[in-house]
Amino acid sequence: MRTKDELGRRGEALASRYLEESGFRVIDRNWRCPLGEIDVVAVDGATLVVVEVKTRSSEAFGHPLEAITPGKLERLYLLASSWARAHDLRFSGFRVDAVAIIDDGTGHPVIDHLRAVS
Amino acid sequence: MPLGRTYAVSLVGLNGYIVEVESDIGQTLPAFILLGLPDASLSEARERIRAAARNAGLPLTRRKITVNLVPASLPKRGSGFDLAIVMSALAAAGDVRNCGRTVFLSELGLDGRLRPIRGVLPAVMAAVQAGFTSVVVAGGNAAEANLVPGAEVRSYDSLAEVALAFGADPASVELPAAQPAESCSGSGHKGVDPVPKDMADVAGQSEARFAVEVAAAGAHNLMMVGPPGAGKTMLAERIPGILPDLTDKQAMEVTAIHSLASAEACRELRRRPPFESPHHTASAASIIGGGSGIPRPGAASRAHRGVLFLDEAPEYQRRILDALREPLESGELVLHRAAGTATYPARFQLVLAANPCPCGQSTGKGMDCTCSAQQRRRYFGRMSAPLLDRVDLQLEMHRVSLHDFSGSATADSSAAIASRVADARAAQQDRLCAWNLSTNAEVPAALLHNELRLSRKATVSVDKGIETGAITKRGYDRVLRVAWSIGDLAGRTMPNSDDVTTALLFRTQEEAA
Repeated sequence: MRTKDELGRRGEALASRYLEESGFRVIDRNWRCPLGEIDVVAVDGATLVVVEVKTRSSEAFGHPLEAITPGKLERLYLLASSWARAHDLRFSGFRVDAVAIIDDGTGHPVIDHLRAVS
Repeated sequence: MPLGRTYAVSLVGLNGYIVEVESDIGQTLPAFILLGLPDASLSEARERIRAAARNAGLPLTRRKITVNLVPASLPKRGSGFDLAIVMSALAAAGDVRNCGRTVFLSELGLDGRLRPIRGVLPAVMAAVQAGFTSVVVAGGNAAEANLVPGAEVRSYDSLAEVALAFGADPASVELPAAQPAESCSGSGHKGVDPVPKDMADVAGQSEARFAVEVAAAGAHNLMMVGPPGAGKTMLAERIPGILPDLTDKQAMEVTAIHSLASAEACRELRRRPPFESPHHTASAASIIGGGSGIPRPGAASRAHRGVLFLDEAPEYQRRILDALREPLESGELVLHRAAGTATYPARFQLVLAANPCPCGQSTGKGMDCTCSAQQRRRYFGRMSAPLLDRVDLQLEMHRVSLHDFSGSATADSSAAIASRVADARAAQQDRLCAWNLSTNAEVPAALLHNELRLSRKATVSVDKGIETGAITKRGYDRVLRVAWSIGDLAGRTMPNSDDVTTALLFRTQEEAA
């Protein structure tokens, strides 16, 4: 496995744990469909939350949140409804969150959680 | 509260308007939105600001920053808003405090250094007028900003220093290393007041020298017609040297225009009247003012309170010459463009120089002239009668003879003439202040014929001219104005018949036009 994929995996695991600690219920990870991939699917109360996780080892090439483009965001909204349809589940609403992780390997990753990005 | 507010000034012409710079931080993906009619160079501020803030050790927040420039309807341009925007964004993030009612006027370099901007003087004047006395500028603009009475100016060299002064955490701020000497002032740096050339250099031409003195004394517009080499340009260049110093208010106006028009920062008030001599191929926009967006001042405005010299006047485009008629009348130029209307002061003394004909040889008997009568007529026809109407003194010059040359040792220096001119100006001021005028050239005809009426005995020579039809009514008024200036120079309380006769000699070109 390549280093960057490994970093991404580690980031997603970190994000899931962080979300669980914040009171979310993580119900799916790395769900794929022809449209793309959802990193983490969670439930916050009665709201479906699609979470995009971006992990970087440093800010040398920009902050991870800056890598979430408007096109990506649009796709995440489409993916959210695809996921709900595929699992035949109903929610009172859904939203897209973003989690940015800067993990420089020293064991103190910085986690930045943004709710309802648009 | 994630809201920051600072102030800047947007200049429309010389009029400045306070612009409120509000920043809001939204909890969503990183973005930098700039609202409120910014132009292209102001939109680039986003990139400069991100880099400058990071390099000052105060990176902007990783959230959505919305900056709004209020009032949104006012067009804003230029890079002078950089510092106000970044301070507003930093205040919204809580990195700096107490920006309160401070006006920030500076451009940012990518390294976080503050750069001087144009038009700081009018901008600070506007800020103080609007009640914002606390101003922050770049080090290079400090001297200029300090010229404004009542302004509390603080100047810094880098964003980091500004942030520290406004309560940023000293632990995070990165002060730049010792900075290299400012080298962006350019190679063409001129002293503020170039040493004026001296009148004593002009050989002979005693009549012309006197005419120039009279023109300076009464602020009369002047036209010199003569063959090449007669010394027209030499005389014109020396007029600013014999004009009196500008008053505080005038110096402020002149310095403000130059602050806006030139890239160089002003270090002190310009006390000497400016001299502008655009080439005759100049475009209308460069003389009247213009350019894209908000129009910028032209040569006519840069010559405000000084001399606008048009050498080879008939060679200028006719529409440029005619466009000068309004400022000659009103003392200001109002320029309307799509982006807005700018008003620039333009109360200049017009000095025209022309050859007697296209080949320049039609002097004396005109034996060497190769021009046809039609060519000659067309040449002067370019200068319209309405324009020449506003030129009080019209002087015909001849080539300098050997005799004049040897006698030139007795010529007065500029300093001697300047003191006579200053006395004459003071006399005019005393006489005319009751009507809110200051120079003879501004006196309206009604005043000349009523309150300032001369005795029948003094005006006998012009009266005769009007009876025989040699002089028009307008020409008559002009003779009287010039006669007053001649009288003032001689220290008389009222011009006598000799003064009027002399004034009559200075109107040779009128009927030719």
